[in-house]
Amino acid sequence: MTTTTTMTTEALTPGAPAVHIAIRPTPPRIVDELREVWDHRELFYFLAWRDIQVRYKQTVLGVAWAVLQPLLAVIVSSLIFGRLAHMPSDGIAYPLFFYAGNLPWIFMASGVGASAASLVGSPNLITRVYFPRMIIPAAAVLSGLIDFLIAAAGLGFLMVRYRMAPSWQLLLAAPVLGLILLLTCAVGGWLAAVNVKYRDVRYVVPFFMQIWFFATPVIYPASLVPPQWRVLLALNPMVGFIDAFRAACFGRPFDWVTLAIATAVTFALLTLAIRTFRSIEQTFADYI
Amino acid sequence: MTTRPMIVVDRVTKEYRIGERTAAYGTLRDAGTRMMRRAFHRLQSSRPEGRQLLEALNEVSFEVHAGETVGVIGRNGAGKSTLLKLLGRITQPTRGSIDLYGRVGCLLEVGTGFHAELSGRENVYLSGAILGMRRADIQRQFDAIVAFAEVERFIDTPVKFYSSGMYMRLAFAVAAHLHPEILLIDEVLAVGDANFQKRCLGKIEEFRSIGRTVLFVSHNMSSVLRLCPRVILLEGGRLIADGPADQVTRRYLQSDTGSPAERIWTEPSKAPGNAVARLHAVRIRDENGRIVPTLDIRRPFQVEVEYWALDPGARATVSIHLINEEGVCLLVTNDFNNRVWWETPRQAGLVRTGVQVPANFMAEGQVSVLAAVCSYNPDIVHVYERDVVSFQIVDRSEGDGVRGEYGGTWPGVVRPMLEWRIEQLSAESRAVAGNTAGVK
Repeated sequence: MTTTTTMTTEALTPGAPAVHIAIRPTPPRIVDELREVWDHRELFYFLAWRDIQVRYKQTVLGVAWAVLQPLLAVIVSSLIFGRLAHMPSDGIAYPLFFYAGNLPWIFMASGVGASAASLVGSPNLITRVYFPRMIIPAAAVLSGLIDFLIAAAGLGFLMVRYRMAPSWQLLLAAPVLGLILLLTCAVGGWLAAVNVKYRDVRYVVPFFMQIWFFATPVIYPASLVPPQWRVLLALNPMVGFIDAFRAACFGRPFDWVTLAIATAVTFALLTLAIRTFRSIEQTFADYI
Repeated sequence: MTTRPMIVVDRVTKEYRIGERTAAYGTLRDAGTRMMRRAFHRLQSSRPEGRQLLEALNEVSFEVHAGETVGVIGRNGAGKSTLLKLLGRITQPTRGSIDLYGRVGCLLEVGTGFHAELSGRENVYLSGAILGMRRADIQRQFDAIVAFAEVERFIDTPVKFYSSGMYMRLAFAVAAHLHPEILLIDEVLAVGDANFQKRCLGKIEEFRSIGRTVLFVSHNMSSVLRLCPRVILLEGGRLIADGPADQVTRRYLQSDTGSPAERIWTEPSKAPGNAVARLHAVRIRDENGRIVPTLDIRRPFQVEVEYWALDPGARATVSIHLINEEGVCLLVTNDFNNRVWWETPRQAGLVRTGVQVPANFMAEGQVSVLAAVCSYNPDIVHVYERDVVSFQIVDRSEGDGVRGEYGGTWPGVVRPMLEWRIEQLSAESRAVAGNTAGVK
């Protein structure tokens, strides 16, 4: 029994496979850990469901908040950037242009915020019960998906209002959203782990998100950026994703190069996040 | 029965950096200064800064086989909770290995994952999922869980409106229906009323009878003795005894190795005090004069202080404060209550003074002693030393104590044996014999 894996299935008694849990000073192998995450997949749902329940339980307007917030944002920015500043919007009505960019941005930004705070906010789970810790920040991201879907109804409404018929490309919005979700998990999960050790992270995050927002074409089109800067801008994965999301919604051609760069950066960040997370996750309970 | 190991703990050590568990997290700024300092340090001496390490567990090894119920006992800080946290994968060992051969249910504290805003029903599902149950399992056992907790009528009420008893009952009920192969329990029996405790014990009994393995950590010797044929004793992070429950618990109750019950200062110049008085020794003695840290509630004991009186002109008095685990000062007593001594002219030299504490007086638990020496007119404090010695008062539910045979929580900071007068005012023929059995 000198195996170093975390969960192996061995037959200790004939016909009855038993669980073997090996606890070692070193982190478990990544495949074992990911298998455990998969075994606990129902927990994603329960934790996300809890977040949503709790979020709307004591509010008067309840789920209406998820509609109201992006609605107010689109009204204000259409007035300021559309009407007053005459911001170009790639030939799309400005409210529509803004909403289609703001929708994935808000999903990412609120997901990063929620997951960065998630580990520090769950000491009662971390110090009392075991399950793969990655589930906590990931579930925090997932709970924002409901808000996203509700707010997406607003996009549908605006498309009808501006007589914008969706093409088959709308289906591509789903994989793009999947990539944004991975990016959110990567950034949020990394921040969540670092936040356990260094509590200044919570002061840094809002500032960092604000800068990221202006480096992302939400209120302005990417075409406004001088061509020589575009490559640098594409290193911000949200540039490629928001561009692709708009292209999917409005039936425009995709910029496959920026999307590919964004995807590559996302997977690089995800790898980094998982490595950082795993290097300290075993001792979260000692710090929280 | 003892052919299949379920828990194999092999030379496990867990180290904490001192202060890590309390003020663990730093700030980036601190990390920055630390890095600078370390770099600078390296330039100076090439020797890295030594870290203060606390070994919460030190080379602990044992095996538990299928169907065994093992109790883990030891004083506060002996490493019991750390052991459970390692077994429950809450944290990771520094060295050594642990192998568990079965699904683990870990009850470090009841109510894990409960959320106050959610209803009882929602919390059953949430907490079940967190503890590792599948949704289908929870659905199947939902009615049994609710019935066990006796909260049927309030199952759709948010748990923030529950009484603490209802909350605990529901939380334990979820955990009790986990059906793990290995159950780790920490002090959960300290919750709920006597009736509920009895059912919790029954549930653990049931676990054992179907061949499940239970590891039970407790301060309560009576429930350990009742449930666990085998007991492991931890002290200062080391496993110092592993064997039949009665032997190990007796050793625990009598042990005085590395006793916190005595403190001696051999050098007067380094002892707490001033030019008038300095401490020499403080100790706890049982009724037979032995220095012991563990006292039976049914027996009297003595707190003894020795001090150097350095100024014969000053009339000093020794004061003892007894403080419980919650920091509540239970009592203060001074040796000027001995009026003969108080009126006696003083000489310079070593003085021993002791106070008798009667049997059946303080509640069970850890008590810390604060020793002070002072004089009056003018009021001057010469010595004021917190936490000089400590002792544990143990109340075994053996029937002849205040708690009788009841093994559960017994509130109150004092536990005197008071006199009850009972009269039978009338007798009905229907009366059950058992109702009047205790009345003479």
